[in-house]
Amino acid sequence: MSTAWRIGVDSRRCIGTSICAGTAPEHFRLVDGLSAPLADVVAPAEVIIDAADSCPVEAITVRDAADDRLIAPEE
Amino acid sequence: MTESAQTADSRVVPPARPYPFSVPDRLVVDPTYGELRENEPMTRVKLPYGEEAWLATRYEDVRTVLGDVRFGRAPAVQRDEPRLTPRQQYSGMLTMDPPDHTRLRRLVAKAFTARRVEALRPRAQEIADALVDDMVRIGPPADLVEHVATPLPIQVICELLGVPYADRDRFHLWSEAIVSTTSLPPETIQEYLNNLWGYIGDLVAERRREPGIDDLLGVLVRARDENQDRLSETELVELAAGLLAAGHETTVTQVPNFVYVLLNNPDQLARLRADPSLVPAAVEELLRYVPLGVGSSFARYAKEDVEVGGVLVRAGEPVLGSLSSANRDGAVFADPDRLDLGREQNPHLGFGHGVHHCVGAQLARMELQVAVATLVTRLPGLRLAVPEAELQWKRGMLVRGLLGMPVAW
Repeated sequence: MSTAWRIGVDSRRCIGTSICAGTAPEHFRLVDGLSAPLADVVAPAEVIIDAADSCPVEAITVRDAADDRLIAPEE
Repeated sequence: MTESAQTADSRVVPPARPYPFSVPDRLVVDPTYGELRENEPMTRVKLPYGEEAWLATRYEDVRTVLGDVRFGRAPAVQRDEPRLTPRQQYSGMLTMDPPDHTRLRRLVAKAFTARRVEALRPRAQEIADALVDDMVRIGPPADLVEHVATPLPIQVICELLGVPYADRDRFHLWSEAIVSTTSLPPETIQEYLNNLWGYIGDLVAERRREPGIDDLLGVLVRARDENQDRLSETELVELAAGLLAAGHETTVTQVPNFVYVLLNNPDQLARLRADPSLVPAAVEELLRYVPLGVGSSFARYAKEDVEVGGVLVRAGEPVLGSLSSANRDGAVFADPDRLDLGREQNPHLGFGHGVHHCVGAQLARMELQVAVATLVTRLPGLRLAVPEAELQWKRGMLVRGLLGMPVAW
């Protein structure tokens, strides 16, 4: 079980729906209309996967901070 | 109200205006929105049914109301929600807030990502080409609504969800229940919803008899059967029925709306014909430009006191955000009332904003791109086959659009 996750937001893909900021406001906010994580490396939390899986353009990736394994989005 | 209470509550609450401001006229945006954005960006409105509400008209304020977590949809269930429909209807995900909303949204969001939708594009193109072939074979004048705009999105959502296309006449009729305000009597709306739920219920039972079918309905049924906490049986049926109905009703309406706007802007249509690579940008501009909704619906309730547009919205008060008004805000869109298919910065709110941002947005985009590109390139002489004044517009619905669109080419 990983102890820390790294959140990435691809600003070229992001279309600024704010679904992530509404789903996980403690982890995402909108800056100049686009999503940005509040912190890049965070303690694992299910709600971060919810946000990544809810993004319509798959702009959010969640990886294990230790070994870079992809945790979300699935597939 | 006592004098001391007035002093404590120093905000000015203007008298409510009847809303919508006028009877919808084709795709005209009521000029009242422009005046309000200028002079009274947060105003009070009274819809035909339900309690009074605030109405936000500026882009930034509408985004705040729809996107800020201090606002929510869940309280609507306990309130006399401002609405256009005589009866208050609850629409699953749209009356939920996170984390409840997230639980359902996550299950379906993956089927509608840009990547998944892109994989459906060749099939959508094939369907569109076949429909235009058939229409051309019949010859002009032909009804674009009947021959292209309606069957294209229906066939795509049928294949995605796993609903037999042969049943389209039945469920398309029932689907009007989700966009009807007064076009159908309340009892008929309820009857159609019951029919739709019953129909989906039968398909769910079928998936259980034949597990392993890989369409979205099969995925949802498996999600429920693997973990009963993920969604209830009612949620499963209402969710699938909502996807089927919403999955085509709006696109069916927007294809003729887009064609109508293009025919009324011949310079822009010529530009698109000369350079079909403009199609994606053109679709975004048309999504911005067309005021699809009649008025505004689905008020957000303040969970705490929030200042929006210089007004203090009290905890518990409902606020509507006008997407059509936001999309014409000159603070964000240069020359906002002009259709410019090459517009580069176009962060329109045509699909809404925040957690309720249209779950089918990427699918709708793709279908609209396919429809516009196919019609523009294959029918260079596309035109109305009747005088514009004879076109029949929808009445008593949440959306504006044409009942029929006789065209020649």
